[in-house]
Amino acid sequence: MKPGLLKSDTYFTWLTGLAMFLILAILAIIVGNIVKYGYHTITFEFLTSAPIEGMTAGGIFPAIFGTVVLVILMVIAVIPVGVMTAIYLQEYANPNSLFTKSIRFAVNNLAGVPSIVFGLFGLGFFIQFVGRNMDRAMGADLLWGQPSLIWAALTLALLNLPVVVVSAEEALRVVPREHREASLALGGTKRQTIWRVILPQALPGILTGAILSISRGAGEVAPIMFTGAAYYLPYLPTSPTDQFMELGYHIYVMSTQSPDVEATKPILYATVLVLLILTLLLNFIAILIRYRMRVKMRQVA
Amino acid sequence: MAAPESQILKENKSTPEIMIRPKQILSQTPAKLLDKNGPKIEVQGLNFYYGSRQALKNISVSVPRHQVTAFIGPSGCGKSTFLRCLNRMNELIPDTRVEGEFLIDGMDIYSRNVDVTALRRKVGMVFQKSNPFPKTIFENVAYGLRISGMRGTSEIEAVVEESLKKAALWEEVKDQLHDSALKLSGGQQQRVCIARALAVEPEVLLMDEPASALDPISTAKIEELLFELKKNYTIVIVTHNMQQAARVADLTGFFYLGELVEFDDSKTIFTNPSDKRTEDYVTGRFG
Amino acid sequence: MTEQSVNISATKAGIEREVFSLSKKFRFKEFLIEKFILLNSVAAIIGVILIFLFIFKESLPLFTDREVQSEASVGKFIQQKEWQPVSDHPRYAFLPLLVGTLKAVSVASFFAIPLAILAALFTTEFAPRRLREFLKPGTEILAGIPSVVMGFFALMVMATFLQNIFGYTMRLNAFNAGIALGLAIIPTIYSVSEDALNAVPHQLREASLALGASKWQTAYRVVLSVAMPGILAAVILGVARAFGETMIVLMASGNAALVSGNLFDSVRTFSATIAAELAEVVFGSPHYHTLFFIGSVLFLITLLFNVLAHTAVTRLQRKLAGR
Repeated sequence: MKPGLLKSDTYFTWLTGLAMFLILAILAIIVGNIVKYGYHTITFEFLTSAPIEGMTAGGIFPAIFGTVVLVILMVIAVIPVGVMTAIYLQEYANPNSLFTKSIRFAVNNLAGVPSIVFGLFGLGFFIQFVGRNMDRAMGADLLWGQPSLIWAALTLALLNLPVVVVSAEEALRVVPREHREASLALGGTKRQTIWRVILPQALPGILTGAILSISRGAGEVAPIMFTGAAYYLPYLPTSPTDQFMELGYHIYVMSTQSPDVEATKPILYATVLVLLILTLLLNFIAILIRYRMRVKMRQVA
Repeated sequence: MAAPESQILKENKSTPEIMIRPKQILSQTPAKLLDKNGPKIEVQGLNFYYGSRQALKNISVSVPRHQVTAFIGPSGCGKSTFLRCLNRMNELIPDTRVEGEFLIDGMDIYSRNVDVTALRRKVGMVFQKSNPFPKTIFENVAYGLRISGMRGTSEIEAVVEESLKKAALWEEVKDQLHDSALKLSGGQQQRVCIARALAVEPEVLLMDEPASALDPISTAKIEELLFELKKNYTIVIVTHNMQQAARVADLTGFFYLGELVEFDDSKTIFTNPSDKRTEDYVTGRFG
Repeated sequence: MTEQSVNISATKAGIEREVFSLSKKFRFKEFLIEKFILLNSVAAIIGVILIFLFIFKESLPLFTDREVQSEASVGKFIQQKEWQPVSDHPRYAFLPLLVGTLKAVSVASFFAIPLAILAALFTTEFAPRRLREFLKPGTEILAGIPSVVMGFFALMVMATFLQNIFGYTMRLNAFNAGIALGLAIIPTIYSVSEDALNAVPHQLREASLALGASKWQTAYRVVLSVAMPGILAAVILGVARAFGETMIVLMASGNAALVSGNLFDSVRTFSATIAAELAEVVFGSPHYHTLFFIGSVLFLITLLFNVLAHTAVTRLQRKLAGR
């Protein structure tokens, strides 16, 4: 073995390994920094009480509540539509038809649209168009035609549609063909086959997509900036037309527009930590499920 | 079902060998083997295309009821394709075309009025590689019942038990009905699939290489099963294992390159075939 | 026992009846469900169309309304020099925004692309097997850091840190935002590159190694060249994301619409402009329409990027399948 070869391999192993290590290290430093400065402020009270004294004291419960409600509404909107789109693409569609290709094209492009454009869309379509027209139709003053939970949730749902569709499609694709055939050979209809055989097996993958969409929904700020999020509200949102406080938005405003940065720093760091834990935990669970699913598939094959 | 001589000559103009042997014509089953009620399945002039490639050429055959009919031949010669035509499973593959007539009990199964799902309950299929659902044994066998609308638990339980008995599996699994079917051995899984197919009370049972993935003992069990089952069902199997066909089948047909070269009772096919190609195959000159 | 057998025959008769008839029942339920599923899958297409329509609709007055055009028009975007929409003499030049966007995206790209590709190479070609199992999922999990958190970090910590190292005047600038932006797009480029490299059949690697090539030679000469379209797609997707990313630049770039060649000056990008100004803008004003116009441009650019990336991936798939 020529010594030259060995050296080049070692050299490049170190070089590429360094790149990998650098990436992971920087990300770890970010997480570490946030944990270090944020964790001592997190108490049970912090998580369950409202902010007081101009955000320099108190808790962030309303933001947590708002985020949770927002995400729940989003999930109700996006999961059924996304899963059905995936089912259509995998089970019913003719792969060569223009219609099928258009759906795929649309899903791919939704995935690439910048989040601020979604925000514009939420404003221009949901609030200005749908909302205002609803108000006009109902003769109400200004109820639906303004930033609110429902419009923010729907905007986020559109943003996350590709995530759900892609995960669901992968989950459906992995179900072995033999099970479909067995069900059909027993006289099952397509619907029965999907409902009784395919979907139950695809559930882990669909769950992965759902969790990933939740994680992204909780973390995105640009789409909700103009469609419903607010910095300080004295009440909790109780109806879909209410505005809401939200973790990500709270972080943004507090970091950039707080009159006294030093005083709000502990709360700010703690809020960031809460959001970080939430999203990383969700991502971890989703990827764990996906990993276990893929391992199981490899075993069966 | 006999066709007049003039029609025979017209149909087979392009295949001179067949003209020479008037025996291998439209209704290829020797009359003596047919039940007095007529054949269960009749196929006439079947042509099958995958896209532009013709996989089955002018197949005509009558399958008698309550017998085991086997189709043998080298791999890729069309036997599985033929089998899948009988329960219209080929329709799942895109870009395929079927020509010809398929009659079961005298009714055309490809006619527009036929409910395909009902057909598939009447013509059951057991696949080459056993494919039980990742559910319990009970749920596997009960699947066909549930999708056809059966509701009562006790009824379902009764049919499940009966089907497992028919598949000679009841004694082995009666205490584990609610365990996953995937925990069983290969041979047992295949019998679960057979029980599953039997549960919906088919009249015809199609089996595609039913024991090719199994060990000799399981294979023997399944072959024993066929002897029992044929009393109540018409069985069509496809196999590349000639010894198996010789053991279990009453009638055997030899497929080669998409044609049904010869079809006769098994004894004749294996000991005294009429066509040289058949003879070459069964004596092992090619495989 | 007899009662049971009666039940069985009754049910059997039921099934038989249904089967023997062999008539095609119009399964209404089936039909409805299939159509319902179909309807829902149109949502994606409708979504894209609606986005396109409504964003363009709100920017139309820039092209049709004279009055609006007297203040803001495409011509002015190109010709003017300053971006000052909120003032006595509103000016709408795209130049500062373009320069700002390009600066931030360039820093991000130069930082992220080599790192991500090298890391992907490490994961697929050089890393020991057990490590590989953790690296990709691990990076994917970290990809879950929301951009607002990344922006926060860049604003609070990284800006000071970098300023201490490099000693420049403006604490929040293109460089700071660019690095943070790069960190945000690394997981995307890494993930897609890793998929592309993984898709190269191991037989090719084996053939190369069997001929005496080193791992690096195999990676460089065989794997990389085959996977190149996929890696190109990864880069395009990453850059597209950097282009449209809002929160990080909003928080970490200083938000000053300056034109300069200095990477360490504050900048304003297109996306940040929309975010920063939409809150205060008067509904229906030329400023309002301009912001929507910027949004349309962003939408079109990312659409273009996506089509490019998709073409690259299809080419990769074709290549792997055999020319």
